[in-house]
Amino acid sequence: MASETAGAGAITASAPVSGARQFWRRLRTQRAALVAATVVALLVLIALGAPLLALIEGQDPNTYHPHLIDSARGGVPVGAFGGAGGEHWLGVEPQTGRDLFTRLVYGARVSLGVALAATVVQVFIGVTVGIAAGLGNRWVDQVLSRATDVIVALPLMILALALMAIVPSGFPRPVLVALVIGLVAWGGTAKIVRAQTITLKERDFVAAARLSGWPTWQIARRELLPSLAAPVITYASLLVPTNVTVEAALSFLGVGVKPPTPSWGQMLTAADVWYQAAPQYLLLPAGTLFVTVLALTVLGDGVRTALDPRAASRLRIGTGRKREAGA
Amino acid sequence: MTGFLLRRAIGAAVTLLAISVIIYVVFYAAPGNVAQISCGPRCSPAQVQQVADQLRLDDPLYLRYWHFLQGIFVGQDFSTGTAVQHCDAPCLGFSYQTDQQVTQLILTKLPATASLALGAMVLWLILGVGTGVLSAWRRGRPTERILTAITLAGTATPVFVIGLLLMIVVCGQLQWLPFPQYVPFTDDPEQWAWNLLLPWLSLALIEAAKYARLTRASMLETLAEDHVRTFRAYGVGERSIIGRHALRGAVAPVIALNANDFGSMFGGAVLSETLFGIPGLGRELVHAVNVVDLPVVVGMVLVTGFFVVLANAVADVLYAVADRRVVLS
Repeated sequence: MASETAGAGAITASAPVSGARQFWRRLRTQRAALVAATVVALLVLIALGAPLLALIEGQDPNTYHPHLIDSARGGVPVGAFGGAGGEHWLGVEPQTGRDLFTRLVYGARVSLGVALAATVVQVFIGVTVGIAAGLGNRWVDQVLSRATDVIVALPLMILALALMAIVPSGFPRPVLVALVIGLVAWGGTAKIVRAQTITLKERDFVAAARLSGWPTWQIARRELLPSLAAPVITYASLLVPTNVTVEAALSFLGVGVKPPTPSWGQMLTAADVWYQAAPQYLLLPAGTLFVTVLALTVLGDGVRTALDPRAASRLRIGTGRKREAGA
Repeated sequence: MTGFLLRRAIGAAVTLLAISVIIYVVFYAAPGNVAQISCGPRCSPAQVQQVADQLRLDDPLYLRYWHFLQGIFVGQDFSTGTAVQHCDAPCLGFSYQTDQQVTQLILTKLPATASLALGAMVLWLILGVGTGVLSAWRRGRPTERILTAITLAGTATPVFVIGLLLMIVVCGQLQWLPFPQYVPFTDDPEQWAWNLLLPWLSLALIEAAKYARLTRASMLETLAEDHVRTFRAYGVGERSIIGRHALRGAVAPVIALNANDFGSMFGGAVLSETLFGIPGLGRELVHAVNVVDLPVVVGMVLVTGFFVVLANAVADVLYAVADRRVVLS
């Protein structure tokens, strides 16, 4: 008897570990995902270490350097390559002379920070609404599902933009942007979680928990959440790149993160008119944004393949040359 | 078929009603002084009071919503202090900042947005589905790998980045086209098309990537099915299998995605319109958000919701016409 309980305990304790290990093994076999993961890790390190990098360069993102600006030529940076060199690694901003490298690096903070925070909000609301709709009675399900349909139907960009009109202005801007993006894009998660909950509800282990008289919230937390982890992580990993784009878009439109906080979208708006005199001012944020979103997308695809073995085998069947030869 | 149409229409109407309730509650029950927000930051206390009366802020929320709904279906009167303006149905409210009816404003901005959305849609369907079919056909070969890489890059590029780069290269460096400047179709159809070419292209390139991925994935899924194997066993050629059978599997998801995208775009392609200076709904929305013109913002979001729901309903019907089995289920 004693050994049986110990055995059961060992199984429940080791199950998630082996799941995670299997996940890493599957992720590692995909070369593209591995490269993407490295790039993302690098970007996160850059974002976290922004003050340190600024310290090494000896600059900060908000100091104006009027002596580096050629006012006779309309505010173009002095020197070749937009004033790039030992002092300012990537040159300076036209007109203001602010250091581009530090602005880019601090921009990574805003971009990744807002995207991740928004994803957390989306997952939290999505999972809560999804489980509630799946476990609730017919009325709860109807109301929540309708609300989800509405949020899914309305275009994310337009809703986020519209909400920026009524948010209070006192809050720190990046927090607000993250909250708004989180509040408008939880629909997909909620739909997936609801569908999963409804299938899981019929399973024996949930029925057993219910028969033991567990309260509903405890069933949700202890029985459903672990089984929901895989689909939710898959979906969330694809939400992050979208959130990066939306943040950049809102800042590009001038309603997202406000100056002087550096953000890539905002840099693009400002760089618009300088493309001839200082092309790197435009190309740097555009390139960084592209690499970030690309790496996050590839990583998300990799995570999906790693968590859903069917996706991998299906693609292999579809693309396999053997099949074509055999047919 | 009639039953199906009726069910679909009722479903769309219910969704629209739900959208209007949620939008109204979110924007008009928000914390803060709604009258002050609606009127704008430059309003005097007297004007704010007038707006508060106009919006009937003393009434409970459900009554105010009912009043708003009445405006949409039968019209509404607005007093602007000195005169009374009648706002015909569908009345989406009154912009206190520009002294203009929201419906009127939307109608003047709609042609530009429609021009952008229609042209871009044609392009992205051709480009996207074409690329998808090509990569499904050439699966496992270098062509597919190259196309997959390009489409992946396309999904990772924000539309304002590709638009900005295209504009700089095509109009700035090569000077093949002048910088786009919107010309209404009714003024000069040729100039209309030339000036919209770049906005169409940049929107279509980004959207096409999504369609290419979707088409390829759905076609590969169909290709792996048993009935395709049976066709092959009967000696049906690869060209026919790709063109007639596998492509059929992609029709439903492409129609569904397209309806959603097209509908959303009708609410304003916010980024492209702002970037290329197209005087459409999207740019108007950005402006309204910047000056906090609440009635305009709410009206725009509602209209967007209307177009999305409408496009989805039309897509369902189209698909039911194409495939009669749908009606039965």
